[in-house]
Amino acid sequence: MIFEKVRDIIVEQLGVDAEEVTLDSKFIDDLGADSLDIVELIMALEEEFDMEIPDEDAEKISTVGDVVEYIKAHSKE
Amino acid sequence: MELEGRTALVTGASRGIGRAIAVYLAELGAQVAVNYSSSEQRAIEVVEAIKEKGGRAIAVKADVSNLQEVEAMFEKVLNEFGDLHILVNNAGITRDALLIRMKQEDWDAVLDTNLKGVYNCSKAAAKIMIKKRRGKIINISSVVGVAGNAGQSNYAAAKAGVIGFSKAIARELAPRNIQVNVVAPGFIETDMTAALPESIRQEMLKQIPLGRYGDPMDVAYVVGFLASDKSQYITGQVIHVDGGMIM
Ligand SMILES: NC(=O)c1ccc[n+]([C@@H]2O[C@H](COP(=O)([O-])OP(=O)(O)OC[C@H]3O[C@@H](n4cnc5c(N)ncnc54)[C@H](OP(=O)(O)O)[C@@H]3O)[C@@H](O)[C@H]2O)c1
Repeated sequence: MIFEKVRDIIVEQLGVDAEEVTLDSKFIDDLGADSLDIVELIMALEEEFDMEIPDEDAEKISTVGDVVEYIKAHSKE
Repeated sequence: MELEGRTALVTGASRGIGRAIAVYLAELGAQVAVNYSSSEQRAIEVVEAIKEKGGRAIAVKADVSNLQEVEAMFEKVLNEFGDLHILVNNAGITRDALLIRMKQEDWDAVLDTNLKGVYNCSKAAAKIMIKKRRGKIINISSVVGVAGNAGQSNYAAAKAGVIGFSKAIARELAPRNIQVNVVAPGFIETDMTAALPESIRQEMLKQIPLGRYGDPMDVAYVVGFLASDKSQYITGQVIHVDGGMIM
């Protein structure tokens, strides 16, 4: 469930195909994101999951799996 | 019209250069949010002047140096207009004194309004513009930020800061199709310069090759161009509107 939502946001933000997005995909190396893309992605995730992701945590995120884990652990839903 | 369907926020638009910019952008077809911090009546007059010519405008109060007030202002603008395409950071003050007599309050007040205010508003605007993959940020600096001026070390620091800041964010935001430029006016006839003693005004005049003070419209026309699609390939630039003071 969370993965599908996250995948949709990534597809929309980064303009990649849904098939390319797996739990192991690295945002920068595999999905071609730049630093501004990642900031935007974090903003979109915060909006979608109604949560705040502090900068210290955002810096540790490098794969799609990291995001899914983080949301599972911190989301209010 | 060139800015038909666009929305603009002009800070410090109750008087002077900001007023001229707000009215001109509205003439070009934009919906305009007229920001002010204390001159409410003057801001309402600007809104009325725009409406009289068939434009759409609202007045929004906010001290640009106050982050909470800035965030509330952007929310109000979005609620009213649904979008923001153009930000003009024009609000500015002077607190002149020679360095050795300059009080910390004078330094802080000028840096807070003229530089932190630009950061506050640009940040809020960038969040909106990044998502839409387009936008125009136009910051009003000054000839003093480029050449310095005795008695204005605080103002010169803030206005030079605006130039560096603008170039940095021009690079950051370029991949999102957002253009950031600076207009550096020289000596423009407004309340700000009316406060200067006649001797200084005469002295200034001698340094202006075109031999006259500027009119707020001289600045507004350039801002109108930088806000339009005609300047899509221009970013990170400082455009001098000063009768040739800086060459
Ligand atoms: N005039 C010149 O020769 C000249 C030359 C170079 C650069 N500039 C720059 O051009 C800009 C406009 O100057 P101007 O001559 O038109 O000045 P002005 O006539 O004194 O008007 C200043 C405007 O800024 C607003 N303002 C001041 N502090 C503010 C704050 N904290 N938050 C929001 N708004 C605030 C004022 O609104 P309230 O009355 O409501 O406070 C007013 O609308 C300034 O950035 C100035 O530094 C002017």
